[in-house]
Parts: sequence; structure tokens; C-alpha cells
Amino acid sequence: MSGAPTFTASQDRAGALLALAGDWTIGARELEDRADALVRETLGARAVTFDCSSIGKLDTGGAWTIDRALQALAAAGASVAYAGASREHAELIEAARFRAFAAPPRAPRSVLLDYLADMGAAMRMAGGDVVVGVAFLGRVVATVAAAAARPSRFRRTSVSHHLEQFGVRSVPIIALINFLVGGIVAQQGIFQLASFGAQPFAVDLVGILVLRELGVLLTSIMMAGRSGSAITAEIGSMKMREEIDAIVVMGLDPMETLVAPRAIALALALPLLTFVADMAGLFGGALVAWSYAGIPPVVYFARIKAAIGVSTFLSGLIKAPFMALVIALIATREGLAVGGSAESLGRRVTESVVKAIFMVIVIDGLFAVFFAAIDF
Amino acid sequence: MNPAAPAPPDPAAAISVRGLVVAFGDKRVLDGLDLDVRRGEVMGFVGPSGSGKSVLTRTILGLVPRRSGEILVLGRDIARISRPEAAAVERRLGVLFQQGALFSGLTVAQNVEAPMREHLRLSPRLRGELARLKLALAGLPDDAADKYPAELSGGMVKRAALARALALDPEILFLDEPTAGLDPIGAGEFDDLIATLRESLGLTVFMVTHDLDSLFAICDRVAALGSGRVIAVGPPRELAASGDAWLSAYFRGKRGRAAAQARTG
Repeated sequence: MSGAPTFTASQDRAGALLALAGDWTIGARELEDRADALVRETLGARAVTFDCSSIGKLDTGGAWTIDRALQALAAAGASVAYAGASREHAELIEAARFRAFAAPPRAPRSVLLDYLADMGAAMRMAGGDVVVGVAFLGRVVATVAAAAARPSRFRRTSVSHHLEQFGVRSVPIIALINFLVGGIVAQQGIFQLASFGAQPFAVDLVGILVLRELGVLLTSIMMAGRSGSAITAEIGSMKMREEIDAIVVMGLDPMETLVAPRAIALALALPLLTFVADMAGLFGGALVAWSYAGIPPVVYFARIKAAIGVSTFLSGLIKAPFMALVIALIATREGLAVGGSAESLGRRVTESVVKAIFMVIVIDGLFAVFFAAIDF
Repeated sequence: MNPAAPAPPDPAAAISVRGLVVAFGDKRVLDGLDLDVRRGEVMGFVGPSGSGKSVLTRTILGLVPRRSGEILVLGRDIARISRPEAAAVERRLGVLFQQGALFSGLTVAQNVEAPMREHLRLSPRLRGELARLKLALAGLPDDAADKYPAELSGGMVKRAALARALALDPEILFLDEPTAGLDPIGAGEFDDLIATLRESLGLTVFMVTHDLDSLFAICDRVAALGSGRVIAVGPPRELAASGDAWLSAYFRGKRGRAAAQARTG
């Protein structure tokens, strides 16, 4: 094969002759340089002929650059022509004839202005999110209430399926992280309180902290990451493949078939998981107290019993269904908001997890204030 | 009936397949398939649904592992050469997937530029121009270049995907149901487009289709797949006259007769 694209230029009285040779293909590294050189060498000639008879391979990229050079010369006032092109090459040059494409209009904008505009848009969207979220909550509640009124339409299979996905399958990881965190809190408590000689109070610390806050908070955050993302991705890809539209045209309500079962399953699973988390946290604390501070389990649990009342235990569990509802609402709403592109699916899943974790913490804070106010 | 003799694969052919076996579990989808696609021809593939047309395409492209057999694409067996060498062969292939498979996060022009950006050292200006040239060759209006795939109609997605398949000036173009989902006028235009491109770019075209009009309009030869093999191969008119039960049902059904008549008239 003939290799890199080359040409030889010769001039006579009639004009310039450019004899092209070699492979004028898009893969040739010198392609653009050579095409520019075509113009450089013969600029100012009255007539230029492109002799294509010795060209080896030619593709659309090569034909385009050659024709671009030819048109540039023509624009400079030369009369231009092709000569000697084989039938295939002539057809290719015809197909790839150079034409100027209008550059996409790009409005000049300042970075600062863009930044401010972005910020404004984000604020507006956050406000809109609240309104849409409340409306969505209303629809979910209405759907669940309607299902409660007519139990035959209650989707038991779907709920139990999701209960397994969100609940049973989350038990090991929830138990493990809470066990570890219970142990860490106990260790820190023992270590820090030792300087006041108040080591035994570390047990109270573990009990109150785990039951009131950590158990439910860690479980909710874990579920926002684990189940919230799964819900968004699942509903989002159903949206992308028009499955949601199919549900609608079948006369079914996606709220009833998709959203409500997931919300109900999550609202049932989260309190149960929180209970598992509480127990695991207490056991983690017990193990560390025993091995680290020499507090035997019998003493540990007697102290726990003395330190915490039923209200401490309940105050954690009460929060769980609310957390579940928030996670389910955000996850399903983000899923239904997925657009056509893979990128939008990824963005929505991220949003779902971030928003859900944020809202879980906000709600936890509100409950803390509320419980303090009613002295629960 | 089997057209390919038990000869060694032909390195001069664009695609040459010998004794190809592809199986999923116990189910042999392709069972000793032999095939030659000559350079510069348009080869159509027909067969009942589930006869392995798509599996054959995907196996030739190296997307599905084979159990045994030889596949030469442009004279090289992709499975038996090193990864960089295989990539060099793959660069010479263009594929139009059935659903277009455009990258949804990129604009149409960026989709066409993507393979050029990865494989070639071109100035951004030339890359942009070539992308728009390919889009124009594929018959897309100029303003489609800056749209996202989600904003395009089905026919435009096919055209954009074709432009991307042509981005690196491939030697072999694989088309998987190129006219499925297009209206008859759009499908006819697409056929003409393939014929024109094949004429001017000298492409070899490997086309899986159910569209009888496409078969008669642009295919030089048609291969019929059945029970894991090529059961017949030849010009569409010859196949239409064959005695095979499925083929005669396929070509001489109501729709086949109409398509054949339209081409004779």
C-alpha cells in the first residue's frame, strides 16, 4: 500500500498542478498538515488542478480535507478542478463535498452571572421540591387510605416482596454497624469518663444514646442509601423504558402499584430494623464494657434497666415510621422524575440518597426538640 | 443445500465463518454455521425470530463468546489475536444497533465525534466538520447536531446512529434491523441511503432485517438462517423461488409477493 498522504506541486504558465499520492485517509496523522500545505503551496495561482490519479486509499475524511483545500483556493480567486480521479474516488469526493457548517451560536456569558443564575435556579427548585413533596405526600396518603378502605386492592404480594428486600435482607448489615457503633460509644464513654471516675455512667450513655438517637438514625441513613437508591433506580429505569406509561394506559395507578407498596413496606421494615439496631447496639456496648472496663454483663444490663425508661426506648422507635415515609417519598418521587438519559438516572439516584439522608437528620432534630419540649 | 464447502475460511472475504457453534447452557443457538460475506456486497440475513440472527451478529463482533469455530473478519480472527490488534480490526467495523444505542448524555454531534475523539488525532475543528458531514451523509438536518438523543424521533435516532457507525469510515457496516420501527417512507429512504453510501464509500454491509422491501431493494445476496445454520444463500429472487417451506412462506406470503412485485414492476 502506498502509505502516508503526499503531494508534489508544479507550476507552469497555465497554473499550478498538485499531484496527490498516498493514502488520504482519516487515520493518517499528517492528513491535516498536508491539506493545509496544499493551500499554502499554491495560494496565488490563477488556476489549480488537483490530480487524483495516484491516490491510493481515500475515505470521507480525506475527501473532505482535499475538497476543503480546493474550496479555500477557489475562495481565494483561483479556478480549480479535479483531474484523473477514479470513479470511486470521484463519487466519494462528490459525497463528501465541502460545505460550511454554521457554528452553533454560543452566547457570551459571564461566569459570575452564570453562577448567580445557577444559585437562583437551585433555590427555586428547592422551594418547588417542598411544594411537590407535600403534594406527593398527599397523593400517597390518599392512595394508602383508599387501599385501606378496600383491602381487596391492597397489594400484599408486592408489599411482602419489598418487606423482604428492605427488611429481612438488611438485618445483617444493620445489626453489624450498630453493634460496632454501640461498642465504639461504650469505649469512648469509658475512656473519657474515667478521668472523672464516672466509668459506670458509660453504660447509661450507651443506653440513652443508642436507644434515643443512634439506632434509628444509623438505620435510617443505611436504608436511605441501601433501599432508597434501589427504589429510585428501579422506578427510574421503568420510567426510561416507558413501563410507567404502560401501567398508566392499563388503567392502573403507579401510585397504587409502585409507590404505595414500597412506602408501606419501608414503613413496616424500618421500626423492626430499628429494634434490631437497638439490641445490636446495646450488645456491642455490653461486650466492650465487659472486656474494656471489666463491667460484667449482669451488672451492665441491671444498670441499663435502671438508667432507661420505656420512654427512652419508645422515643427511638416512634421516629422510625416517619423516617421510612420520608425515605420512600423522596426515593419514589426522584425515580418518577427520571428523564430519558442514563445521566439523569444517575443524577436522580444521587439526589434521592442525599436528600433522604438530609431529611432524616432534619426530622431527627425536630423530634429531639419536640421530645425535649414535652419532656418525653 | 449448505452453500459453503468444508473449506478453510477465506481470508479475502470481508467476513468468513466456519463451523461456528454458540450455545447458552444446553441450547445450541448456532450449530456449525458456515458463511462468507464478500467484500463490497450487501448481505441480508433473514430467519424466523429466535433463529440466531442477532446472536450471529454479536458473535462476529466479539460480544458473545463462541464454543467453537472460526470467524475471520477482514482476514483476522478477533478471538485469536492480541487485544490491541483486535481493537485495530474493530475500528474498521461500524455497527448500527437496533435501538441506536446513542449515548444519552451526549449530543448527536458529540456522539458522532466520540469514536473519532478516542481513536484519531484530529483537530477539534476538523472533527466537528467531519461529524456534521457524517450527519449530513446520514440525512439528518443541520440543526439536529446539537440535540440530545432523547429529543429525536425514532427515524432520526437511526440516522444519527448510522452517522456514528460511519464516523471512522468503516469497511464493514453491521446493521441490525435498520428499518424496524420506521414508517414505510422513512424505511424506503433509509434503504436508498444505505445503497448510496455503499456505492460512494465502498462499504460491505451485513444486514439483519425482517423488511422484505429492504431485501429486494438493496441486498446483493441473502442468507437464510434456520436450526443454527445457513440453510440457503443467494440473490433474493433466487431464494424467493426456493422450495424450502419456511422460505417460501416467508417470500411468498402476502407481504413477500407484494414486495417482489413492487420491484419487478
